[in-house]
Amino acid sequence: MYNSEIILQTVISGLLMGCIYALVAVGLCLIWGLMEIVNFAHGEMLMLGMYTSFWMFTLYHIDPMLSLPLCLVILFLIGVGTYFIIIKKILKAPFLAQILATFGLGIFLRYLAQFLWTPNFRMIKNPALAGRITLGGIFIGVPELTASIITILSFLLLYWFINKTEIGTALLATSEDREAASLMGINSDKMFALGWGIGAACLGVAGALMSNFYYIFPEVGFPFALIAYVAVALGGFGSIPGSFVAGIIIGLVEFLAGLFIAPSLKYTFVFIIYLLVVFIRPQGLWGRY
Amino acid sequence: MGEKKNRWIWLAIGAFLLLIYPFILTLPFPNHLMIMIFLYASMGLAWNMIGGYAGQISLGHAVYFGAGAYTSTLMLMKLGVTPWIGMIVGGFISIGLAFIIGYPCFKLAGHYFAIATIAIGEIVQQWMLNWDWAGAAVGLTLPILPESFLNLEFHTSKMPYYYIAFGIFTLTILATYGIDRSKLGYYFKAIKGDLEGARSLGINVGRYKFYALALSAFFTSICGSFYAQYVLFIDPDSVFPLMLSIIVCLVATLGGVGTVWGPVIGAFILIPISEFTRIQFGGGGKGTDLIIYGFLIMVISIYQPFGVIGITKRFKKKESE
Repeated sequence: MYNSEIILQTVISGLLMGCIYALVAVGLCLIWGLMEIVNFAHGEMLMLGMYTSFWMFTLYHIDPMLSLPLCLVILFLIGVGTYFIIIKKILKAPFLAQILATFGLGIFLRYLAQFLWTPNFRMIKNPALAGRITLGGIFIGVPELTASIITILSFLLLYWFINKTEIGTALLATSEDREAASLMGINSDKMFALGWGIGAACLGVAGALMSNFYYIFPEVGFPFALIAYVAVALGGFGSIPGSFVAGIIIGLVEFLAGLFIAPSLKYTFVFIIYLLVVFIRPQGLWGRY
Repeated sequence: MGEKKNRWIWLAIGAFLLLIYPFILTLPFPNHLMIMIFLYASMGLAWNMIGGYAGQISLGHAVYFGAGAYTSTLMLMKLGVTPWIGMIVGGFISIGLAFIIGYPCFKLAGHYFAIATIAIGEIVQQWMLNWDWAGAAVGLTLPILPESFLNLEFHTSKMPYYYIAFGIFTLTILATYGIDRSKLGYYFKAIKGDLEGARSLGINVGRYKFYALALSAFFTSICGSFYAQYVLFIDPDSVFPLMLSIIVCLVATLGGVGTVWGPVIGAFILIPISEFTRIQFGGGGKGTDLIIYGFLIMVISIYQPFGVIGITKRFKKKESE
């Protein structure tokens, strides 16, 4: 029933989707590691990234690959804005208020998008990247392939930025010990804002890449956000390589479960991974804690 | 002493007004509004037992609500058992679910616990969407039976539903009051305040967390069964959605967690807002009521993280100074 070609095809599709999951997860991971706040509006920010790309294409005929830097900048600003308008005020609030504040933002953004742009499913018609290539009987979509290549580049860039540049090291220092970092003259407020900016900017990139091959609708982000929580827990709190590997694993599990068990239950297995990870190895694969 | 007497008088006046309410406002909408307030207040109170008193933030309470709705409905449709028995059985099934969910999850703290409850809620919803025997994604339409208390179906007037909802609400608030005043409540608060401290005082933390969740699940489940009988149609999207879990949590948070009256205040503020906005703007799938909801959630958690009860406490402090 399952020949090796179908399995190989599924594995490759899983790997390609896993790259997108990783890119969505790393933004969440960065914020989570930096300040122990989970962004429950993460999926909705991804949705905004996708819509930005969609409207640039529909209104101004700018291809998603060209509007990608713009998506990045817009989402960066949204992230920084979120920090100053909402997050900064709840840093010392009770845990429950911290959860609900970003949840509220998520619900607000999702239904605002539905109000403004209708719940219809949209798609970018005829983007520059289209079609597929065939490699020994295996089909690989060009937009998906490009997306995963750009994802890998983004990860390398992010890793370099965090570990090798002065600002990145300051960011790392703040996430390890806020008090000590501020004694060293690092302004934690600026670092948090930067963290939110970069976290959201990853979603801008992911959104632009996905708009090439994925449906765009107001509720699109939510499953991706759930997967990102799973990926962050799996990869380990605040670990960038961890979220990359976790994203790939989740992509593979989702597609293989869809092939071997039932497509409608594929997310169930993703959530079961989360539960297994937090019960058996709560610090994740690369966790610091 | 005088203040205590005053409180009883106010309580008696409140109860009396609620009892005569359906005789004064006889139209369907005011009755429906109050039924919804009772329902959400009861769920908020139930959530408050685990989330407020014991401090374990569950974002998956829709599981128990749905379990109640599906148990009573399936028992009615497949076995012909009265929903009242189904309601009780559903309550015990939810206690069983609380044990299965709580046993591993209580080892987790903070965000990990909250996200685990979301993940379990999503898994359950997906299974229900695919479970053909239980109606799968199509849902279940309850059979229309002759009006009677035993059948828990009333077609000509909402008044009987009003009193049943009021009864459930009264029961939940009495249970909360009991917890608040008993040793159980102190144990729950100790677990919330200082887990290690509670453990070192000899409190069996795991057991009391489970008690809190079991009580919470039982009452949430009863609300679910009532909802199924009131609406007469259930499907996984209406009784298992994450949004329901969030709203229940919000009702408690808005009023003030860990207090007897907090969730009640929360429901009396939030439910009218959502019902009126739904009438004003609703329809056409625009979701305007949810925009306002989301906005409110944000504003409340930023500016009033301790809930409305927090405001009154602030005033009281100023008076005593």
